[in-house]
Amino acid sequence: MKKVIIVEDFCIACYNCEVACIAVHSKSQDPVKAYKREGLRGRSNAVVEVESPLAFSVMCRHCKHPWCMDACISGAIQRLDNGIVYLDEERCVGCWGCVVGCPYGAAHPNIAGKDKHAFKCDLCIERLDAGLRPACVEACPNNALLYDETIEEREEVHT
Amino acid sequence: MLYKKPQIQFYPYIVQRDDYKCVRCLGCVEQCSYDATFYDEELDVLWNKHEACVGCKRCEAMCPTDALKIVPNPSRPYEHASWKWDLVMDAYLQANTGSIIITGIGNDKPYRVYFDHLLIDACQVTNPSIDPLREPMELRTFLGRKGEKIELAETESGKIELKTRLAPQLELETPIMFSAMSYGSINLNFQESMARAAVKLGTYWNTGEGGLHKKLYPYAGRGIVQVASGRFGVSRDYLKAAAAVEIKIGQGAKPGIGGHLPGEKVNADIAETRMIPPGSDAISPAPHHDIYSIEDLKQLIYAIKEATRYEKPVFVKIAAVHNVAAIASGIARAGADIIVVDGFRGGTGATPKSVRDHVGIPVEVAIAAVDRRLRQEGIRNEVSIVATGGIRSSADVIKIIALGADAAYIATVAMLAIGCTLCQTCNTGRCAWGITTNDPRLARRQNPDIASEQLYNLVTGWSHEMKEMLGAMGINSIESLKGNRLRLRSIGLTEKESEILGVLPVGE
Repeated sequence: MKKVIIVEDFCIACYNCEVACIAVHSKSQDPVKAYKREGLRGRSNAVVEVESPLAFSVMCRHCKHPWCMDACISGAIQRLDNGIVYLDEERCVGCWGCVVGCPYGAAHPNIAGKDKHAFKCDLCIERLDAGLRPACVEACPNNALLYDETIEEREEVHT
Repeated sequence: MLYKKPQIQFYPYIVQRDDYKCVRCLGCVEQCSYDATFYDEELDVLWNKHEACVGCKRCEAMCPTDALKIVPNPSRPYEHASWKWDLVMDAYLQANTGSIIITGIGNDKPYRVYFDHLLIDACQVTNPSIDPLREPMELRTFLGRKGEKIELAETESGKIELKTRLAPQLELETPIMFSAMSYGSINLNFQESMARAAVKLGTYWNTGEGGLHKKLYPYAGRGIVQVASGRFGVSRDYLKAAAAVEIKIGQGAKPGIGGHLPGEKVNADIAETRMIPPGSDAISPAPHHDIYSIEDLKQLIYAIKEATRYEKPVFVKIAAVHNVAAIASGIARAGADIIVVDGFRGGTGATPKSVRDHVGIPVEVAIAAVDRRLRQEGIRNEVSIVATGGIRSSADVIKIIALGADAAYIATVAMLAIGCTLCQTCNTGRCAWGITTNDPRLARRQNPDIASEQLYNLVTGWSHEMKEMLGAMGINSIESLKGNRLRLRSIGLTEKESEILGVLPVGE
């Protein structure tokens, strides 16, 4: 299954997944520069939700029948052949349909930035092609995020 | 209030934050379980309350941009040769609280570490050393009573059969076991990690006195269950499930002192495992109230042996105290199969600091004394000896076995393997590394998948090193090293100390 598996029993809310996500989606590939010079703070595709003692990191579930894609008015969201639900930020017009449509809250509006577009997890598509695991999985110190295409995660809410 | 008592203002650690590197991910705020870090939304700044920091370095370890360093506060009250910093702080603390100072882990005072004054032998020229990578090298050992002799008998069909009934033995693939840490003092994730590692390593883990959680019954075949003065969780199934039973008389970190798990820590799961009502204090009395003599101990040993149909060895664990040799002799005569001697550097979840730092004797000396005494009395074969409390490395294991132990228990170093930084605040129940806590928010920080592997790696690494050291000595089996003091030399010890340890000084 092409998606990051969330193990909610072991998320320790360290936020390393968020920092890693922002760093790999930045120009500099450096967390400090990404946050402080490129203004990417708050642009993580993975978001740690904490309601102590429970915590888990949420990112796009790459659904079989993506509601965000149904809601998209500009065709920016597509389901690629390999199963990854991809949001093309260039084509996004910022209607926030996907933000409202996603049952997981995994599509986010870029309100702070100049260009008003939505953003969501691309499953580190370039890293996968290079044979690496998604950045958040790599950064998780407690195996609370796993990537294993052979594991079937439990059923989605709506598919 | 702006005014703080000087005693509080002289805090021991400072949280140094490199504000440029800090990206405000807020991980440190979530990680700190001592409320020493908080976020000021208005100023978009992270502040630290240095006086609350215990120096566990959890935030430092988890900071993704390396923006944090926990450093000792350079502005401490002045200390001199007599008034050390920690004594000054203790006086300050007690002036504020009026109570006993409770602490965790083991003795941190600079007493002589005898391990560091013992050197291991190696072969040169006249007797060949062994390369453990090319030749067989055995770390396997057996714990349990070894009889006086073995009798064989010939059956009618001419087959030779063992006539002697052997006492039950524990088979260890490496002479390192995980020492007793109870569910309650540590959490289930860590206990499960130890259990899994012990099964994979072919050694044993110990439940401690807090009972055996139902989730861990599958690992009980490699488990040693404890019967301590509180008798928590002791039941027929508990004794039946385990590989061996350990009667805990004393603990190196707190000889002569009982235990107290406060009621607020006794959640439903712990209560069920300990078989006590939830929320009630779990008090382990200082003595076993039914043991006031060797004869009483014998009754309990044989009660357990009866209950387990003489199929399981019975351990008796004592703290290393002044008369340890005589006490061990009594325990051997009471029918114990294995004696565990816990040195004064052994750890604990909570103990009065005055007891931790000033009561007991080192395990090196205790093992040497016990081994000698039992050999002199001709009963060394009746019991196995397990050393614990202050084993820090593979070399320590080799040295303690050469001093007369059969195997060693490790615990503090097992905690180090999964992140412990020896901050000595186990007693607070707020361990930020998720080891000595049952707070569900903190306990999840130990993932048994990761922790069991770390423990497995540690013991595997030690085992390899021990094989190398044995090979250097030209010995191909750990059992040939037991009590082999000739392979040790003392350095920097007095003649009397060397005599007690039974080793020659270097050069002799």
